[in-house]
Amino acid sequence: MTTLTIPARPEEDTSPRPVPWRRMAWVTWRQHRIALAGVAAVLGALAVCLWLVGLHVHHVYAAAIACRPAGSIGCSDLVYSFNGMDTFMTNGFVMDAVPALIGAFVGAPVLARELETGTFRYAWTQGFGRWRWTLGKLVPLAVVVAAAAGAFSVLLSWYYQPYIAAGNQALSLNEWSPLAGGLFPLRGVAFAAWTLAVFAIGALAGMLIRRIIPAIAATLAVYTGLTFAAGLYLRQHYLTPLVARNLLNPPSSAWIISQWWTKGGKFSFAGDPNADGMPRMNFLQQVCPHISLGPGSGKLSPTAVLQCFSQHGYAMLTSYQPASRFWPLQWIEGGWLLALSVLLIAATVWLVRRRAT
Amino acid sequence: MNVIEASGLGKRYGSTWALRECTLAIPAGHVAALVGPNGAGKTTLLNLAVGLAAPSAGVVTVLGGRPAGSLAALDGIAFVAQDTPVYKNLSAADMLHLTRNLNRRFDQRYAEARLGELGIPLKRKAGRLSGGQQAQLALTLALARRPRLLLLDEPVAMLDPIARHDFMATVLLAAADDGVSVVLSSHVLTELERVADYLILMSRGRVQVAGEVDDLLASHRMLTGPAAETDLFASRPVVHVRRAEAQAHLMVRATAGDPVPPGWEAHPVGLEELALAYLREPAAAALPGPARGRGTQLSEVTK
Repeated sequence: MTTLTIPARPEEDTSPRPVPWRRMAWVTWRQHRIALAGVAAVLGALAVCLWLVGLHVHHVYAAAIACRPAGSIGCSDLVYSFNGMDTFMTNGFVMDAVPALIGAFVGAPVLARELETGTFRYAWTQGFGRWRWTLGKLVPLAVVVAAAAGAFSVLLSWYYQPYIAAGNQALSLNEWSPLAGGLFPLRGVAFAAWTLAVFAIGALAGMLIRRIIPAIAATLAVYTGLTFAAGLYLRQHYLTPLVARNLLNPPSSAWIISQWWTKGGKFSFAGDPNADGMPRMNFLQQVCPHISLGPGSGKLSPTAVLQCFSQHGYAMLTSYQPASRFWPLQWIEGGWLLALSVLLIAATVWLVRRRAT
Repeated sequence: MNVIEASGLGKRYGSTWALRECTLAIPAGHVAALVGPNGAGKTTLLNLAVGLAAPSAGVVTVLGGRPAGSLAALDGIAFVAQDTPVYKNLSAADMLHLTRNLNRRFDQRYAEARLGELGIPLKRKAGRLSGGQQAQLALTLALARRPRLLLLDEPVAMLDPIARHDFMATVLLAAADDGVSVVLSSHVLTELERVADYLILMSRGRVQVAGEVDDLLASHRMLTGPAAETDLFASRPVVHVRRAEAQAHLMVRATAGDPVPPGWEAHPVGLEELALAYLREPAAAALPGPARGRGTQLSEVTK
């Protein structure tokens, strides 16, 4: 039997000073250090891969652009070699999954684990207060995962540098637009912003679904929908696209959004996206039969097509985002994702404060 | 001061009322037992008092008017939930550290000494402690916060008799030595008399009986007499009637000074007996206050 007694309590206090925030930092660290270590391990391993492969890519690229005389067999080999590295890491979709996985696996369990195991009944009845507890967990974790993702995307930016360098096209080297769908979210502020947003989605999903695995699955599903919506529909409208008339051979760095033809100032038909916006073959033969491809006559000349169609009163219009808009578009995407994240975290805290079992 | 005060309190889940029209004032300085069958609304009432659930109707305050779940309320309340949840992957020492960081007051020395006495190793993960040890750990964390009100939800339901005894001994010591007010829920009626000096009996989402144990016992009598004569009590507040052959046992609201009809015997009642009688008659009620607090009439309970 215990003989311990409890010392007398201090003065009663009806409006106690809240427990300081910094004490929550230890709690958050202690309970999520394994998740954060996991993030560090995954990003670290990927970083080593990127670094090693990236060094090689940069090396070959430097050799390819320095090679003289351009077009010689030796130089062509280097160009071929550089273009052939367009695999694994250069396929941005692999890296696009990273923010989703980090965000979902760190964000979703924060509340879902408490709710699933019942420990929320311990955590939310301590003197710290439940909404303060929630904020004290979500905000530091959000900052840490976003910062880690931000640091990682610096490495990604470096890695992809050769593929977006101006002048590649002239040397027959692969050149991508920095605004290209798979690449844009990996560089600048977008990578960190997407990680933050998925974390916030995960936190809210965890609160609503209350179970870890379904919450992670829901988070990944929402992320997939959101990232496709952003890439296919939203991003091109952040800034009004530029429209060029009769633009042949647009720069590779530009992000072509759509190409169409007009006649007499009115929309006539859409260009074929698989043929640099040229008219589709059946229509081409109808309007300009003399330049249609004869057997073995090689490639169709866009200049000739444009010339012929111009004589018939047609004009080709191209809407595009120039590469120089990279940073404005980055800030816009980063901005709305940040706003969304803040909103989702606020909603989560509000739900914890308001909605109970 | 009332440690829990509820007025018109109700909680609905979907279309089911888990608790309804609960008006209640538990004064400070008691070990109050919240008794009732499963699904009576005990856990709901405690969750509302600690702010884990939001009321669908009415209000509940704690520690003399502090809104349930507010920082001021949480500062003075320690809650040990059903199944005594602890973080299974944290060691006992980490749980102490965690609780210390989450509260303004935490008596580390008391907590360590108590765990030492109980033979709970500080280094061991909470998930690897026995059920009784986990419950004791949760209770230690709660007491080390030096609360003014300790809320325990079915604290001993999962424990073996020895662990149950040790657990309750700790609670009673805290209540006696430190003046901690305790409200504990239980569907176990045995040992109630030893533990509680205030009783709240709940059934079907309503409070049926509330009052100090001594007052309740003093105001109820068990009358035994001929079964044919139960009609004699048509005008008296009868809680429960039990017939056995020619004899009837009536629990009535009466004091020791009340007259006993000829041919009848009056006996004092025990707490368990009283609780059982009310639980068998969910329509009967014994509540403080002038407007309520009448037992049902005999005509209603004899079928």
